[in-house]
Amino acid sequence: MWQIFWKQFYTEGAYKNILLGLRNTLVIAICGLIIGIAIGTIVACVQVAGRRNKVAKVFSVAGDVYTGIFRGTPIVVQLLVFHFIIFASVDIDGLTEAILVFGLNSGAYVAEIMRGGILSVDAGQLEAGRTLGLSYPAAMLKIVFPQAVKNVIPTLGNELIALTKDTSVAGFVGTIDLTVAFRAISSATYEFIVPYIMLAVVYLAIIIIFTVIIRLAERRLRRNERK
Amino acid sequence: MKENKKEKTPAVAPDPAALIEVQHLTKSYGQLKVLDDISEKITEGEKIAVIGPSGSGKSTFLRCLNVLEDPSDGHVFFEGNDLCDLKVDINLQRRRMGMVFQQFNLFNNMNVIKNIMLAPVHVQKQDLRKTRTKNFFTRIKNLFRKKDKREPLINYGKTLKQIKIEARENALRLLERIGLADKADAYPSTLSGGQRQRIAIVRALAMNPKVMLFDEPTSALDPEMVGEVLELIKELARGGMTMVIVTHEMGFAREVATRVMFMDGGKIVEQGPPDQVFESPDNPRLKDFLSKVL
Ligand SMILES: Nc1ncnc2c1ncn2[C@@H]1O[C@H](COP(=O)(O)OP(=O)(O)O)[C@@H](O)[C@H]1O
Ligand SMILES: [Mg+2]
Repeated sequence: MWQIFWKQFYTEGAYKNILLGLRNTLVIAICGLIIGIAIGTIVACVQVAGRRNKVAKVFSVAGDVYTGIFRGTPIVVQLLVFHFIIFASVDIDGLTEAILVFGLNSGAYVAEIMRGGILSVDAGQLEAGRTLGLSYPAAMLKIVFPQAVKNVIPTLGNELIALTKDTSVAGFVGTIDLTVAFRAISSATYEFIVPYIMLAVVYLAIIIIFTVIIRLAERRLRRNERK
Repeated sequence: MKENKKEKTPAVAPDPAALIEVQHLTKSYGQLKVLDDISEKITEGEKIAVIGPSGSGKSTFLRCLNVLEDPSDGHVFFEGNDLCDLKVDINLQRRRMGMVFQQFNLFNNMNVIKNIMLAPVHVQKQDLRKTRTKNFFTRIKNLFRKKDKREPLINYGKTLKQIKIEARENALRLLERIGLADKADAYPSTLSGGQRQRIAIVRALAMNPKVMLFDEPTSALDPEMVGEVLELIKELARGGMTMVIVTHEMGFAREVATRVMFMDGGKIVEQGPPDQVFESPDNPRLKDFLSKVL
C-alpha cells in the first residue's frame, strides 16, 4: 500500500504535482481572502453609509444583491457558472479564474463580517469624533474603522480557514489544487486509502498553521491595547 | 396629524448678542415629541444648568445645540450661523463647540495624547491642504495675469510638522493642567472613569471651543470620582467659559450656574437664577422634582 503510494509519489514524480497543488491551494485561499477583504470592506462601508446617505443607499442595495447571490448559491455552482458561462469565451487560466470566484465569494462573507464589525463599535465613538469637527468620512476612517478591524480579526481568521477548505473544489474549473493532485495519484494507482488520508493530513496541517498564526495575531493586538 | 408635508418654520434673524439662539426647536421621534417648540438664547459667559426628570428631553436639547441630533423643526444659531442650514459647514462650526458625554467616549484605539491631538491636527491639516489647493490654482491663474495684477498666495503659516509639534505641546500642557501628564501614552481602557472624563474634557478644550456642552458628565462615575470632574468644570467656569450642563448634581448646579433651566415634557417649564429656581420655585412639577432630588 505504502510502496505503491511512494512509488507514484516519488519515483514517478507525482510530488511535483502535489507541490504545485499545495501552492495553488494556498494562493487561491490567500489571494481570495485579500480580494474578499477589499470587496467586502467597500461593500460594508457603502452599506453602513447607506443608512444615512441617499446616494450610498442605491449602491447599498446593489451590495445587498451581491452578497445575497454569493451567499445564496453553492461555491461549486459559482465556479461552474463563471467557467462555462461568464468566462466561456474568455481565455483565462483556471488558477486566475478560481482566485476571482473565491475572491468574489469571500467578499460577500467579508462584507457581512465587516458590517457587523463597524456596527459593533459604540455609536459614541463616532459622535465624539463628529463633535470635535471631523466629517463623517474622516471620523469613520480614523476612529470607527480601526476599531472595527480589530474586532473582526478573529472572524476573518475563521473566514480564511473556511475559504482554504472550500478551495478543495477549485478543480472544477481545471485548476490543479491539492485535492486534484492527490486524486491523480489515486486514479493512477487505483489506491485510495493512503492518498486520501495524506490529503486530509495536509489540509489539517495547513489549517493548524493558520490557526496558530491567527491566535498570535490576536494576542498581539490585545497586548497593544493594554499598555 | 395635521401636517403631512412638514413645512419648516422660517428663521428670524438671530440676536447678535446671543452666542447660541434656538428658535422654535422641535424634535420628534416618530409620533413622540421629545422637544416641543423651544426658543431660547444663550449669551457668552453664561453657565446654564439644565435639570429635569429622566426622559424630559435634556440630552436631546443639548444634542440639538450642535445638531448632533437633527431638529425636526426650528433653527439653531451659533454665532449667527444657522446650523440647520445645509449651506453652513457644520464641521467648521462644531470645532468651536466642545461636547462631553456621560460615557466619556474617548477613542479606544488611541492613547491619551493621540485622543487629544487627533482633532486639532486633523482640522489644521485639512485647512493646510485647502490653502495649498487654493494656492495651486492661484498660481495657475497668475500665469495668465499681468505682473501687477497677480493675486498673492496665502501663507498658512505652519507646516504639517509644526502643526503636529504644536498640537502635542498643547496636549501635554492640558494634561499637565489636570495632573495626568504621566498618562499621555496610556490607553483609555487602563484609566479610571474620573481620569477618562477629565481627559475627555481637555480633549474638547484642545479645539479652543467657544462653548462647552456637558451631558451628565458625572453620572457614569463612581462617587469618589465625581469631585475631581466637577472641580475641573468649576475651574473652566471660573475661567469664563460659556457652558451648558445637563446635571443631576443640584449642589453643583447651584454653585456654578448663572441660570438654571428646568425641563419637563420637552419644554423648558421654568428657568431663572439658581436661588430663585431652588428657593422659590413656581411650577408645581419643579417643586415636585426638587422635593425628590434635594
Ligand atoms: N434615538 C431615539 N429614538 C427614539 N426615541 C428617543 C431617541 N433618543 C431619545 N428618545 C426619547 O426621547 C425622550 C427624551 O430623551 P432624552 O433627551 O435622552 O431625555 P433626558 O436626557 O432628559 O433623560 C425619551 O423618552 C427617549 O426615550
Ligand atoms: Mg440624558
